[in-house]
Amino acid sequence: MQFQKRHIGLLLYILFLLLPIYWLFNMSIKTNTEILGAMTLFPDNPTLANYATILTDPAWYTGYINSMIYVGINVVISLLVALPAAYAFSRFNFTGDKHLFFWLLTNRMAPPAVFLLPFFQLYSSVGLFDTHIAVALAHCLFNVPLAVWILEGFMSGIPKEIDETAYVDGYSFPRFFTTIFIPLIRSGIGVTAFFCFMFSWVELLLARTLTSVEAKPIAATMTRTVSASGLDWGVLAAAGVLTIVPGALVIWFVRNYIAKGFAMGRV
Amino acid sequence: MNKITNNKAWFLVLPVFFIVAISAIIPLMTVVNYSVQDIFDPQTRFFVGTEWFEQVLADRRLHDALIRQIVYTMSVLFIEVPLGIAVALTLPRNGWGVSASMVLLALPLLIPWNVVGTIWQIFGRADIGLGGYVINLMGIDYNYAQNPMDAWLTVLVMDVWHWTSLIVLLCYAGLRSIPDAYYQAAKIDGASRWAVFRFIQLPKMQSVLVIGVLLRFMDSFMIYTEPFVLTGGGPGNATTFLSQFLTRMAVGQFDLGPAAAFSLVYFLIILLVCWVFYTVVMNAGKQGEQ
Repeated sequence: MQFQKRHIGLLLYILFLLLPIYWLFNMSIKTNTEILGAMTLFPDNPTLANYATILTDPAWYTGYINSMIYVGINVVISLLVALPAAYAFSRFNFTGDKHLFFWLLTNRMAPPAVFLLPFFQLYSSVGLFDTHIAVALAHCLFNVPLAVWILEGFMSGIPKEIDETAYVDGYSFPRFFTTIFIPLIRSGIGVTAFFCFMFSWVELLLARTLTSVEAKPIAATMTRTVSASGLDWGVLAAAGVLTIVPGALVIWFVRNYIAKGFAMGRV
Repeated sequence: MNKITNNKAWFLVLPVFFIVAISAIIPLMTVVNYSVQDIFDPQTRFFVGTEWFEQVLADRRLHDALIRQIVYTMSVLFIEVPLGIAVALTLPRNGWGVSASMVLLALPLLIPWNVVGTIWQIFGRADIGLGGYVINLMGIDYNYAQNPMDAWLTVLVMDVWHWTSLIVLLCYAGLRSIPDAYYQAAKIDGASRWAVFRFIQLPKMQSVLVIGVLLRFMDSFMIYTEPFVLTGGGPGNATTFLSQFLTRMAVGQFDLGPAAAFSLVYFLIILLVCWVFYTVVMNAGKQGEQ
């Protein structure tokens, strides 16, 4: 890669992106006295005490485990139901297909605030309140339509002749789907899983409303700590940094497909 | 692609239909149920018809929130779309720089929304935040917790920080699909930089830009968590947008009837835009195939 003048603009923009994140990281390795005492670009006495607080206090680290669990469940559910449906949309015309697809999309666009109260009552009435599965199901509201949409884009890029050849060769549909088709679109599946992970990981409003203790996500732990125990800035910053880490790790695996994924497989 | 007509395909769609029905239709019916009744307790409820709708639609505070929401969403679009295109044009086309830029650009998108709020809450403070400190150092009296204008601008900058990457990544996906031959042809014709952008790059980005603009429209129209953490909707009501208003009404004051009625109106607005979105994208797809 050769350095050109236009890259200066890019570097400035990336600097703008990274500065607030750096500041959070910077604060997370300072002591509270230093945070409140002086404005320093680099910590005088870097300390990992804030991270130690989080990783040893169950009130903090269970938040991460809870978030991981419901995000994981959600990704699995979304992929399992979306794969066959996306195949149906990409290969067949059937009665009501266009309306159904549109209706699915409306759920991606529905403001979570609208569903807040009904969800709370629905899951309370069936005894699912404060469980991981409740949050995972609630996040299906926007993740399943998104998964169908992205997968449909990727599947439409696979020539239909492949299906037909397989059927001529005597493959049954389930066997064809699992042994030939799924390996063909594995990058699409990876990207879809990434997006489901992302939107479930970043969502707070529903996750916070549907949980109280047992399944409380880390994000909710953070907001509650701010309001409850005054301001322990260092620990708060460390918790924030730790919520960025899983996302950053996951991006690395899909970095080559991420642009296509954001275009819903439609480029 | 020609599709076969086969109604058995419904069996493949059934799981999706089932799961989305649980998480969408039942809650939505609950909302409809609330919106036409006055509920004191589970045993005492009255049918009130369209009363809540009339009350909500005449509410001055709602009008204010709606206007704030529209101004905010438009500002978001006018900044993020041109900026996103500009950044996408500067991205390297190959080499290690591509992966590095992708990962760095996508980073803000993967931060939980309330943490985004926390990051800017810290960054913008004059006493402990670098951003607020530097601005005050330059002699500008900046305080997002007290000055409505500062609060509004902070929320806006936060949104630009958070979401411009989405537009960048979309545009980049569009740019990557342009064959090199196009650029060579333009070079032979002696086309200016502007002409290359206007007649080669922009048309190729069109379909992804439609997705980008509309995703940004919807998401900024439903923005809740980030301003909630950063400013709590204040100072005053300066950053109280529609979702904030709705949540306050439903969970804070427990005005179920009006909140439900407002939810439906809110949802209908989004539905209308969604329909336009869907039609435009699908038509763009058809043109692409021809």
